[in-house]
Amino acid sequence: MNQQANLITTGKVWSIPGGIHPAENKSQSNATPIETLPVPSELWLPLTMHIGAEALPIVKVGDTVCKGELIAQAQTGISASVHAPTSGRITAIKPHPFAHESGLDAMAICIESDGLDAWRKQTPWKDWQQHSAEEILERIHNGGITGLGGAGFPTDIKYRNKHAAVHTLLVNAAECEPYITADDVLIRYYAKEILMGAQISQMLCSAETIIIGIEDNKPEAAQAFREAAKELNLPVTLTVVPTKYPSGGEKQLIQLTTGLEVPAKRLPSDVGVLCQNVGTLRQIYRTVVHDEPLISRITTVTGKAVNKPGNYEVLIGTSIETLLNQAEAHLKKAERVIMGGPMMGFAIPDIAAPIVKATNCILAPTKKELPVPMFDNPCIRCGMCEQVCPVNLLPQQMLWASRNRQLDNAALHSLPDCIECGACSFVCPSNIPLVQYFRYAKGEIRQEEQDNRKAEQARIRFENRQARQEREKIEKEERRKARAEAAAKALAAKKEAQPEGAAPATDAEDPIKAALARAAAKKQEKQASAASKSIDELKADVEKAKTKQAKALERLAEAEKEGSEMVNALRKAAGKLEEKTKSAELALQQAQEQSN
Amino acid sequence: MLLSVITLLVLAAIFGALLGFASIRFKPEGNPIVEEIDNLLPQSQCGQCGHPGCRPYAEAVANGEEINKCAPGGEATMLAIADLLDAEPQPLDAEHEADPVKQVAVIREAECIGCTKCIQACPVDAILGAAKQMHTVIESECTGCDLCVEPCPVDCIDMVPVQTDIKTWHKDKPNSYLNLIATDKSGLLIPNSETVA
Repeated sequence: MNQQANLITTGKVWSIPGGIHPAENKSQSNATPIETLPVPSELWLPLTMHIGAEALPIVKVGDTVCKGELIAQAQTGISASVHAPTSGRITAIKPHPFAHESGLDAMAICIESDGLDAWRKQTPWKDWQQHSAEEILERIHNGGITGLGGAGFPTDIKYRNKHAAVHTLLVNAAECEPYITADDVLIRYYAKEILMGAQISQMLCSAETIIIGIEDNKPEAAQAFREAAKELNLPVTLTVVPTKYPSGGEKQLIQLTTGLEVPAKRLPSDVGVLCQNVGTLRQIYRTVVHDEPLISRITTVTGKAVNKPGNYEVLIGTSIETLLNQAEAHLKKAERVIMGGPMMGFAIPDIAAPIVKATNCILAPTKKELPVPMFDNPCIRCGMCEQVCPVNLLPQQMLWASRNRQLDNAALHSLPDCIECGACSFVCPSNIPLVQYFRYAKGEIRQEEQDNRKAEQARIRFENRQARQEREKIEKEERRKARAEAAAKALAAKKEAQPEGAAPATDAEDPIKAALARAAAKKQEKQASAASKSIDELKADVEKAKTKQAKALERLAEAEKEGSEMVNALRKAAGKLEEKTKSAELALQQAQEQSN
Repeated sequence: MLLSVITLLVLAAIFGALLGFASIRFKPEGNPIVEEIDNLLPQSQCGQCGHPGCRPYAEAVANGEEINKCAPGGEATMLAIADLLDAEPQPLDAEHEADPVKQVAVIREAECIGCTKCIQACPVDAILGAAKQMHTVIESECTGCDLCVEPCPVDCIDMVPVQTDIKTWHKDKPNSYLNLIATDKSGLLIPNSETVA
């Protein structure tokens, strides 16, 4: 008895600010055992079932795959792999309806089941203690494990991104959201597997203690943990926290069970705590010890429109419609189908969307059960939202800022620290959808940050381009100068190579000399042609010259009379013509003498 | 009396010297307001304002140019500049949309002749290609400035609005009450959905 008392210690409970007590509505779904859904004929596996980069498909349409085979590989960084939940044939890789508020489709791989449900080759590690932490982490990474509590953060990253030494492994079994009982039932049936997962996890993060945080509305689950811990001889601290929403939030549960507050914009590991959901821990056990990747999960189907509410073990990729049919839901009665709980969930635009790794609950409430919210009235500054906020924010101040899109102001009131739990909306007497405003403002802030990043990038590229163009211009100018210099040098070198003596070459090079030479040659030719002319022709030449001279003299006389400016020029011309006449007469005389 | 006058004079001399030193030592390089205006501009470098790039427009605004010329920034940018300069907001030109749709250029690759004209026009080097080789736009770098469309001799560049995907989507300001969940209190007054939506 003593040993047992030491094995399971009861942990101290601290408190968190705010919180609300909505109707629990858990008894509808936690009374029946877990039912396994038959393998559906078609499974759609979205590539973005987790936070981070989407997985990259490694199969083609037409390939056949075995159960558990890798079909999409995680990218480097924050990402998670996707595996085939059953054996069959890949029939499509294309956008498919996805459970998301936006109603947008997401890329997904479709597997047509062959009904055999045949496993790939498995290599179980019964003796996982023999393997190193790195090997186990690799196995968790390859198993595509993401947080099963709702956010879907890749699990191996949690162990790799440790900022401080982890002293406590916190098992999150609080499950504070109304209606959801998936974790409750999981603990009742698989407490041992969860604690074995916790053992593996404890080894990985080398935590000294394991604390189980569980709400006091789950006594059966708490008892199951006690028995399992006894069986495994595993020392744990069981901290039963009072039922209050949202005590199951990661940072809230850490505060409740350890008294440590995770600072804004920091991670739990900064205060030495690693928090894991019970479903995730069980999956770690299944993956590490039995080599089963994350291909199925336990999902609660509940709500008054469901005839057989309960918890179902479903293959990832099963359509929500199939699951609702199995639970005998009357979709006509249900106003809307909600993924997640009534506080943090969202209405699914298309029930053809598949169950993903993070789907912990499908809620099909009747109109009476979860009525459409009433009109919102103006804020009356009653301050109730401040009193229930679990992170000590001022929701009404944030509301003013968000409503008017004053993003800086909203950030100043620590909007990024809002966990979107919905407690403020729940208590608001004016029915103001505060959380919706906060989600809108958070999205706007994210968008603005992204735009700023892009603008900065564009600016840098533009400036680089300008600098490059400037540089190219200068280089071009330099090249031109270099070419001109090289040409001048080459010329000088040529001149030096040819001595002065080579006259004809130099003459040919000098255009003026060449032109003079050409003129001289022409003159000689002319004289030669004059010599060859007949006497008659020469006589005619003399006549022509004489008439020209007479005309010129006439004009000269006229110009002299009028006192024109042309006088000088005309005189010169007359002189030249006289010379020409004389030379013509001389040529005639010479010719006559020769002929005589 | 005399003592106080001397004290004040000495103090004035000391502080004057300090201020004089500070004004020389800590003189800002360039006009700091240009930097601030430039930070508000979308950096698409599209030239629709009539200036060759965003920074020249920021300089022009600092020197008294109208603040409503930025087409890709739309009304939000105009208001941000008005806020920064404490100026009167000016209405946008009729041709500019108040909330412009983000676009990217897409080359119809089969029709591209590889003339490199668009590459030369792109202010942010977001087009990849070589002479007589097919060109393509690097979508993540494209600012949607439109400058590559005009030089294309075969008109094979389209401006396509950027699609929102699941990663970039975010919630709109609440106006429809049908999709709000965070309440499970039972109300006495349940308006029917038609009047609410």
